[in-house]
Amino acid sequence: MDIEKVKPEAEAAAADSMKIRITRRLRANATQVGIIAVFLLVWLFFIVAAPDTFLKPQIYNAFMSTIPFFAIMALPLTMAVIAGEMDLSFTSIMALGMVAFIKVFEATNSVGLAFLSSLLTGTLAGLLNGAIVVWIGIPSLVATIGTQFFWRGAVLVILNGKGGTLVPIKETLLRKIMVGQVAEYLPSQMLWLIAIAIGTWILLNRHKFGAHIYLIGDNENSARLMGINAKRTRILVFALVGLASAFAGMMSSMQVSYFWPSLGEGYLLRTLASVFLGGTSVFGGVGTILGTFLGSFIIGAIEAGIVAIGLTGFYTQLIYGFIIIVSVSMHAVMRKRMH
Amino acid sequence: MEHRLELKNISKSFGEVQSLKNINFHLGRNEVVGLLGDNGAGKSTLIKVITGYHQASEGEIFFGGQLATDLTVAKARKLGVETVYQERALAELQTLWRNIFLGREISNRFGFLDVNKMKEETNRLMLESMGFTSMAVNPDSAIQTFSGGEKQGVAIVRALYFDAEIIILDEPTMGLSLKETRKLLNFVREIKAAGKSAVFIDHNIFHVYSVADRVVVLDRGQVAGEFRTEDITLDDLMDKMYQIAETGSFT
Ligand SMILES: Nc1ncnc2c1ncn2[C@@H]1O[C@H](COP(=O)(O)OP(=O)(O)O)[C@@H](O)[C@H]1O
Ligand SMILES: [Mg+2]
Repeated sequence: MDIEKVKPEAEAAAADSMKIRITRRLRANATQVGIIAVFLLVWLFFIVAAPDTFLKPQIYNAFMSTIPFFAIMALPLTMAVIAGEMDLSFTSIMALGMVAFIKVFEATNSVGLAFLSSLLTGTLAGLLNGAIVVWIGIPSLVATIGTQFFWRGAVLVILNGKGGTLVPIKETLLRKIMVGQVAEYLPSQMLWLIAIAIGTWILLNRHKFGAHIYLIGDNENSARLMGINAKRTRILVFALVGLASAFAGMMSSMQVSYFWPSLGEGYLLRTLASVFLGGTSVFGGVGTILGTFLGSFIIGAIEAGIVAIGLTGFYTQLIYGFIIIVSVSMHAVMRKRMH
Repeated sequence: MEHRLELKNISKSFGEVQSLKNINFHLGRNEVVGLLGDNGAGKSTLIKVITGYHQASEGEIFFGGQLATDLTVAKARKLGVETVYQERALAELQTLWRNIFLGREISNRFGFLDVNKMKEETNRLMLESMGFTSMAVNPDSAIQTFSGGEKQGVAIVRALYFDAEIIILDEPTMGLSLKETRKLLNFVREIKAAGKSAVFIDHNIFHVYSVADRVVVLDRGQVAGEFRTEDITLDDLMDKMYQIAETGSFT
């Protein structure tokens, strides 16, 4: 009777609140939902446009072995951009770290020491970026253009413009761990990328450090009024970008067993494009690790896809540039609508 | 007994501008002090020295009789100071729970956050203190969608949440409706009833008079006068304020 009448109403109410909860979830994660949709659409497009390439496992093996080189840098760069900063020097820090690697390996014949000194060099270079931005007060865009040229110049001067072979370390365990093949179609750099993505996700979403990154990127003054050490947070973010750059520099050099002094120059555009395509706002305060992760795969696939569908490689820059402009503009438009 | 808070000969300059000159100020235990003064008198600067946001150019600050050196906001909050800043100090793109726990996140000793706890607490505060009942608002809502009064409510509830000994409210009624303002004034009375202390800044002399035990008047960076509200009528206080505004002091 009464109970029977109430029941469907209660069910309807429960269904309603379920619906509200789902829409709420979707709205709160709108950019992530968006990037997943873009990811699937781009994938589908390439499968239809170039089935010969995109239905074979080889292409995915190629993606997993090359995309991590820049995706690993795009992840901490995402943190920097969320904090309201920019770093353009990571391309040169990749090479600088490798200089440390080669010099220390020459001197000690130890890959372990070479590895650690490369990471240390990258971290210090990042700290220097942070110090210039925070203590001297130069906008990071300008400061890191400066250090980009400076470190590239240092690499060229120290090595006299010459590269170096990494064949002597080809059989070492380190190289296998860095860029070996885990299973037939699984390069170890992909595992590194996944591990680093999980690590940065935890740092950004489940640690004070990450919470403070969002807050200072959103409103630094509020963050400081409430007692957040904005300077320290910023400096550490730059250090993380430096660390990841040295790591990626070693990886991509070990992959080809050669160090080119121009190492990293090709990575600037695609790393930035991954971050912005992934939904991170150039104005700070907004961005996700998942977005950058998927963004980097879209960016990587576009390069292969362009060639596979019969366009010349010249189109890649055009398309990357376009992607950066559009994804950055979307945030500007959304902000205007909010205010 | 020592004062809850005491400032001795505090001066603060920003370059050429001297915003505070030789301020002596104290806040007793279980006392509500109202700070009055014109725009630019130095009220906000004074409370930012207390909260550790500004470092005084000269002078000393004591908390419970203890000299505080190298005061920072984080230190002051640990010492039991919570503040509703005039500029609200919110991060608009972030969620409600992140704003409630801004700079004072619940975490373990390695800095890892207890996100669920923070969301639960925010939910509780929403229902108990903020009066949010609409389904549209939840701990995960970005506060940029809130009205001005709701945002101010977030800043106020946040200051009250941490069970501080000293609560500083810098023009908290700004943007509040009549009803919300009355609720806020009751909050201040509750602070007093709970045995805590507060510094209350408001442009509205009626608000200040109705909740403060003592009123301190600032003028151009200096203390121009001080009255116990039980010793002075509202009319007399208003006369004094006009006098100060015209002459910089009163007789
Ligand atoms: N960060 C700052 N830099 C320079 N001058 C400041 C700063 N903060 C406040 N002032 C100056 O100090 C004086 C007092 O300001 P304030 O404390 O905000 O006054 P009130 O809160 O009483 O209106 C004003 O002249 C203001 O311009
Ligand atoms: Mg003020």
